[in-house]
Amino acid sequence: MLLGPALTVSAILFALGVAGVLLRRNAIVIFMCVELMLNAVNLTFIALAQQLGVAGHVFVFFVMAVAAAEAAVGLAIILAIYRHQETVNLQDIHLLKG
Amino acid sequence: MTATVVLFWVFAGIALVSAALCISRRSPLASALWLVVTLFALSAVYVALDAQFIGILQVLVYAGAIMVLFLFVIMLLNLGRGGPSDLKGPAGLAIAALLGGALFVQLRALPGAGPPALIRLPEGTMAALQEQQGMVQTVARPLFSDYLIPFEITSILLLAAVVGAVVLAKRKL
Repeated sequence: MLLGPALTVSAILFALGVAGVLLRRNAIVIFMCVELMLNAVNLTFIALAQQLGVAGHVFVFFVMAVAAAEAAVGLAIILAIYRHQETVNLQDIHLLKG
Repeated sequence: MTATVVLFWVFAGIALVSAALCISRRSPLASALWLVVTLFALSAVYVALDAQFIGILQVLVYAGAIMVLFLFVIMLLNLGRGGPSDLKGPAGLAIAALLGGALFVQLRALPGAGPPALIRLPEGTMAALQEQQGMVQTVARPLFSDYLIPFEITSILLLAAVVGAVVLAKRKL
């Protein structure tokens, strides 16, 4: 009965996450916006699990495990970049520019 | 409206407002703390959607572990003071609002009626299952039977992530 509202909330959260990625330059904040998008998808899984069975809950479990792995590796990469460049501002990191 | 629906809207509102604050605060520390508020509110939303076990996992794993990792890195890089704003100018704001809005419209254009009746479980199936097996067993039973191999692969993924994080973050091996 809450399926429609939950999908709407999830769509708004996902759009906010995308807007945050486009709006910010700080690598850590962009990373947090990605987490926001993952959570929006989790909300969709949970909402649909009410009608489609418990597989949605299991998938949320997997998404959380992948998010934890991704956060650990991503933050380690940010640390390594900071050590080289002394900044986490993505505008100042342009190694691929010729 | 039942109490569940009221609570759903209250916590969904908190989640949306704090998500908006999370992407608009200048200081990364404030962003991280607003994201924690979002995650807590979302766990309450999960409870309103009959997913109590996942709601507790959300608090333990996301708000408890992942966000502590974020705050730890913010502390390590000394970013808590704010400093110059990292938000893009009016052009960036316009692009972000345009693309975010377009994405929202597209997502809402999906059929709002939910999944087709053919694959939909009868009303109250999940509630009956949870009543019968308990909150944890409802998730654990498929996890260790139908999804056993993905579950084991997840453990390998986590091991690879741990090794990768150590290799990346260490100055000299």
